[in-house]
Amino acid sequence: MKLKVLYFASVKERLGKGAEELDVPADVATVAGLRAHLSGRGGAYAEVFDEKKLVKAAVNQDMVSSTAPLRAGDEVAFFPPVTGG
Amino acid sequence: MKISVQQEDFDLGAEIRAFANPKVGAIASFVGVVRDVAMTLEHYPGMTQKALEKIVAEAQGRWQVLDCTVIHRYGPLEPTDQIVLVAVASAHRGDAFAACEFIMDYLKTQAPFWKKEEGKGWVEARASDDAAAGRWQAAPRPGKP
Repeated sequence: MKLKVLYFASVKERLGKGAEELDVPADVATVAGLRAHLSGRGGAYAEVFDEKKLVKAAVNQDMVSSTAPLRAGDEVAFFPPVTGG
Repeated sequence: MKISVQQEDFDLGAEIRAFANPKVGAIASFVGVVRDVAMTLEHYPGMTQKALEKIVAEAQGRWQVLDCTVIHRYGPLEPTDQIVLVAVASAHRGDAFAACEFIMDYLKTQAPFWKKEEGKGWVEARASDDAAAGRWQAAPRPGKP
């Protein structure tokens, strides 16, 4: 399943990239599944996507919880809690 | 309704004059300003506009909002620079005050902006902002929660 994954703010800095195209196994069906998949890459990914870390997610530009389902072609974004205003 | 995510500064007076309408009896506004430390504001371009539109629509569902302007800047900002404007026009002040505060509270926790302070790094989210947004869940209609 192909996904477009975006990273912002401290997440982008720690991973050293702002975007990547991923082709993930079919069992990566939710945001939580994608987090676990990315964490499995180790290194900075394992640190950023540690379960205890507060990293928020959006799917197709809507903020979602980790149980949100993923479909091929989705744009998934990971970022720290927002601090605008 | 006007929602703008921009680098340029804004003029509160001009934005409020644009509300001119005989049905408007009350305008409430909030301007957020950079304090001591210069910063850079990053945002998620594809999502910001959409998130702000959702917040404004939610406010319109809860209060009588005749007109509304939300402007949020991004990019490098210096101390005393304006960051954000929320202005709400209603027939009466209760709706204008409440909708303005609600939009600001939700913007703080739902709109994808991040502040990075010069020499200090990324600003941490504050639990008090979550609490401020959360208190509106129990208070759907006019007035303060």
